Amino acid sequence: MSLKRVNAVVVGAGAGGGVVAKELSEAGLSVVLLERGGWPNFEAHDHDELISQRVTVLGNAFGPDDRRHRRVVSNGNGGWRVVVPSDGAYNNNAACVGSGTVSYGAMAWRFMEKDFKLRTTYRSVAGSTLEDWPITYQDLAPFYEKAEWEIGVAGETGADPFAAPRRQPYPMPPFPHNQEGLVLEKAAQELGLHPFPIPMLRNSVPYRGRPACIKCRYCVGFACEVNAKCGTHNTVIPAALATGNCQVRTESVVSEVVIDDRGRACGVRYFDAENRLQYQTADLVVVSASATETARLLLNSQSKLFPNGAGNRHDWVGRNLQGHAYTGAFGLFEEDRYDDVGAGATIAICDYNHGNPGMVGGGMLANEFIRLPYLFSGIRPPGAASWGRDHKEFQRKYFRRCVRVVGPVQEMPVFEARVEVDPVVKDDWGIPVARISGSRHPNDIEVGNFLAAKAEAWLKKAGAFQTWQTGAGRGVSGGQHQAGTCRMGNDPKTSVTNPHGQVHDIDNLFIADGSLHVTNGGFNPALTIMALGYWVSDYIKRGWKGSRFRS
Amino acid sequence: MSQDLIVGIAGANGDGVSRRTVLKLVAVVALGAAVGVGASAGITHWGRTAPPPYRFFSEAEAKLLIAICEQIIPRDDTSGATDAGVIYYIDRQISGPLARHQQSYRLGLASFRKTCLQVYKTPFEELAFEQQTDALRLIEEGNAPNDLWGDPSQKAFFDLVLDHTRQGFYGSPRHGGNRDYASYRMLGLAYPNLIGQNRYANGRPI
Repeated sequence: MSLKRVNAVVVGAGAGGGVVAKELSEAGLSVVLLERGGWPNFEAHDHDELISQRVTVLGNAFGPDDRRHRRVVSNGNGGWRVVVPSDGAYNNNAACVGSGTVSYGAMAWRFMEKDFKLRTTYRSVAGSTLEDWPITYQDLAPFYEKAEWEIGVAGETGADPFAAPRRQPYPMPPFPHNQEGLVLEKAAQELGLHPFPIPMLRNSVPYRGRPACIKCRYCVGFACEVNAKCGTHNTVIPAALATGNCQVRTESVVSEVVIDDRGRACGVRYFDAENRLQYQTADLVVVSASATETARLLLNSQSKLFPNGAGNRHDWVGRNLQGHAYTGAFGLFEEDRYDDVGAGATIAICDYNHGNPGMVGGGMLANEFIRLPYLFSGIRPPGAASWGRDHKEFQRKYFRRCVRVVGPVQEMPVFEARVEVDPVVKDDWGIPVARISGSRHPNDIEVGNFLAAKAEAWLKKAGAFQTWQTGAGRGVSGGQHQAGTCRMGNDPKTSVTNPHGQVHDIDNLFIADGSLHVTNGGFNPALTIMALGYWVSDYIKRGWKGSRFRS
Repeated sequence: MSQDLIVGIAGANGDGVSRRTVLKLVAVVALGAAVGVGASAGITHWGRTAPPPYRFFSEAEAKLLIAICEQIIPRDDTSGATDAGVIYYIDRQISGPLARHQQSYRLGLASFRKTCLQVYKTPFEELAFEQQTDALRLIEEGNAPNDLWGDPSQKAFFDLVLDHTRQGFYGSPRHGGNRDYASYRMLGLAYPNLIGQNRYANGRPI
């Protein structure tokens, strides 16, 4: 028994899938958008620091839940352990309509031109599968622009001298700096750096029917109380629904993409909200479930022609798992720098993304989002008391006088850093779970240390009387910025999809999420994932012949 | 209904229930019935004086844990862990989402108690504040007699209580701790959250 056939089934309603659902349904295709979580709502968890997507000690505000989900993670010594989503090692992304775009910090970065050409720029790196993207910045630029205007970005056009050329300005004016930003701006200028307001997927003015940001302290980790943060759940997915061609099915957990003996995708099997196994047939399937879950789903989709998983003929599915090592520094100040004006992060520099002497790549540096009191209670300079009167006094004295500058290292892809399917452990639906292993490339640590030193120098210039660096470990990568597990490329032997996200050898199976990233930029990846959603959709629409997809 | 209740209580206490007690019970039950339980002055008074029962901890365990938490976040000129009700945070959470830590608390608190009795010949709660600090540091650093500790180890137990105390003190009051936003008041953070803080225009304070 199968459900009424549709033109397209999209798996995962996050940054990529939400865009695809809108683009295809607007083009007249009938679309089913499957999401394992529910619709997010702010009231469910309010401003609760302990159940957010940033601090998860009592669970993830927007899922997944600890009861039904698990993963297996390498302990680095040849052993494995089972982890639940509230454990940081799970490498979670939110499970809800909008996924991470509901609760993210919402930085809206376009990758730089060189980010698409790392191999050409730096040549090969030992121990890394470093490669250029098969597409350039210029290919993606129109789709970045579409994401910026349809979903909504506030930024200062032309303020970042290192940014790639752009055709249109940002649709909304930038957010003004908070007090931290003002102090850091002056210091950066004195250092000869090039600071600018961070582009944000957040309304600085009312935009497209939603209000402007109220600058509260609860942003990253939380749904927006006034709906001013721009995600796919409040922009493109409602637009998809408005066409009448798209149906969103929540609480739907996909177990398999069904591939027939001729190597075509027929649809997906999923467990619905009542845990009944359903079979949704479709003319084409788009998987946008995040780098971990997309790889897991492909590996769990075994067929006659692809016994090791869909698109996995050459063992590249799940490989090259990347995220971002975050390194930087803290600084303590004699005067208040905290002004309770959220979201907190306002200022960035891209002076160190490329061209660092003797180093491959780099990363953006920015001031951090507001740290709420529990999170701050774990932040102390080396040697400071971790409890007792002194710990409390530090909390009281420096909560408002502590500034952090931090940034994401562009990681070198490593073939052995990977997502597999665990041979034993299954989730609550009986689906084999993702197993994650591998470690970061030594270059990431070196670049991370370099960025941390630059962050520290910036803080010192800004007047910090005490500073300390925070580095990165060699552990498993991934995290909320997970990427790279279904790399796009021209050579089917060393990639999973073609340059348009079409899986090699399965013409009607597409991927549209961070899995496609060949490299992950020295930036938060959300806007790039959205742009790829438009990019992949554009290709599908051009090949759509009214009844089925022909490549 | 009232009659049945009185008979039941009287019966359970046998012949020892005097006529006066029965009359008092009649009065209380009648009051409750007349004005409704929520509005009864007598009932409200009971609610305030009777300590809320713990879901997991025994009274003795709670007393010890309260003293440990107070060391981690002591009262000075602002509230400490006891004032903020950190014990209720831990008790509620390990009866819910953090249930996996129940055994660590049960065994860890027992080891902790034994450690103090052996090293200081005194229960932790009865030590002077500075001695308590020393005792806790001993355990934090793993220097207490190891034969008194199994799983959790002394360091693991310390780290667990440390983290849960911070959560209970600095997290949302909805989970049982941070009573009256004690930590938010300490940090000068307005709650409910003040919104519309457009105090900066064109990058400059206004």
